[in-house]
Amino acid sequence: MQVSIDQDRCCSSGQCVTTVPEVFEQDDHDGLVRLRLTVLAPAQYADVRLASELCPGGAITVTEDGTGA
Amino acid sequence: MTSTPTAPAPLLPAPHDSGCPFAPPPAYTEAARAASVTRAGLLDGSSCWLVTGYPEVRTVLSDRRFSADARRPEFPVLIPGRRELIAANPSFLRLDDPEHARLRRMVTGDFLVKRVEAMRPGIQQIVDEAVDRMAAAGSPADLVARYALPVPSLVICLLLGVPYEDRQLFQDLSRVLISTTADEAQVGRAQQELLDYLGGLAAQKRHRPGDDILSRLVAREDLSLREIASTGLLLLVAGHETTANMIALSTLLLLRHPEQAARLADPAAVPGAVEELLRLLTIVHTGLPRVALEDVELGGTLIRAGEGVIAMLSTANRDEELFRAPGGRPADELDVDRDARRHVAFGFGVHQCLGQPLARAELQIALATLFRRLPGLRLASPDAEPAVRPDSLITGLRELPVAW
Repeated sequence: MQVSIDQDRCCSSGQCVTTVPEVFEQDDHDGLVRLRLTVLAPAQYADVRLASELCPGGAITVTEDGTGA
Repeated sequence: MTSTPTAPAPLLPAPHDSGCPFAPPPAYTEAARAASVTRAGLLDGSSCWLVTGYPEVRTVLSDRRFSADARRPEFPVLIPGRRELIAANPSFLRLDDPEHARLRRMVTGDFLVKRVEAMRPGIQQIVDEAVDRMAAAGSPADLVARYALPVPSLVICLLLGVPYEDRQLFQDLSRVLISTTADEAQVGRAQQELLDYLGGLAAQKRHRPGDDILSRLVAREDLSLREIASTGLLLLVAGHETTANMIALSTLLLLRHPEQAARLADPAAVPGAVEELLRLLTIVHTGLPRVALEDVELGGTLIRAGEGVIAMLSTANRDEELFRAPGGRPADELDVDRDARRHVAFGFGVHQCLGQPLARAELQIALATLFRRLPGLRLASPDAEPAVRPDSLITGLRELPVAW
């Protein structure tokens, strides 16, 4: 599973950081989402999917590669 | 443009069932049972779409074909006479991107999760001092006046740079702004008085800056004093009335479910309990207005360009399929161990509550501390009907007499 972010859609709600702080963070200067990890552990998949679902701006995209269902 | 309703359409905003501040007004629940998108009437005689289903509410709030710009002539207005007032001085809550994003991004830095996490010791101190003062004054006490209102007021004052000594002024004016019964002239005066007050404070901070939001805004060269005052007003009103009402209503609900209140003693259970309280109480009970910019098919219904839509958060948050676990409690009951994280109590889309990390921190600390420090906390008049404010856009209590 892969996760990507689109900062243009980020509205800095902090939902992702609240849901999975190990994977997402907010930049100190502009408040926009940053990825802390590029390779996810399988144990994080469910929470990252939830963060993507909860993102109010639709800034987080999860791509399933068929190995982490 | 307008279609004739085939069934009696609910009139928005509908009143709560007497004495039951926890449930959405029955008119919304009935509409939700009939369909996820139904016709509804507004008090000014116009009609709009009432959107009650969870997926449809999320679509309305996140799809850019629906506008939050209150200056559009077709924008649905819940209280007659407010259109000009809202349109004359829109905060970023009532603007679309890019204007919305420009103004919102001026203050996002102050509500980052890590900034709020760093504020937790300060919030804990404010909360502890409020409990100390309430305990010193003695049982019984009005929890609203002694605790629920002072805590968020103190926090937003510190953050914004507003003197807490002026609380009577801004608390009274905020009440007028969210009142459904105040007339246009009263609301206009209250809005202007609060804008003048905040503009005056901001101007002073140009010369004597503090470590606060108004000082940071006034130091920028790309913002007018009017934009600063509008943003300050939004943060001040949204920052204390909502959290205050959540603290009071949550306390009432937890006192009626003592076995669930006991779960707050486990720090690991507190964040989830707060999400559940946010979900079930959904205090923005009148819903969020939008206007369609294009024809949109929503829940099998065609919404035409120019038609108004009200997204009802409270009914979306009671979606049985989403919130009821197998064998679990129904979605219209409190279950502090439920996974309620998908709730839309803070809205959805680019306008989703900016202050939600702060609201969560305040609620977690205020509720856990109250039940820990006053273990004998109980309702002073357990059989009395809750003193619900009947005339407010945000569900709240006038008072909550408690004893310990």
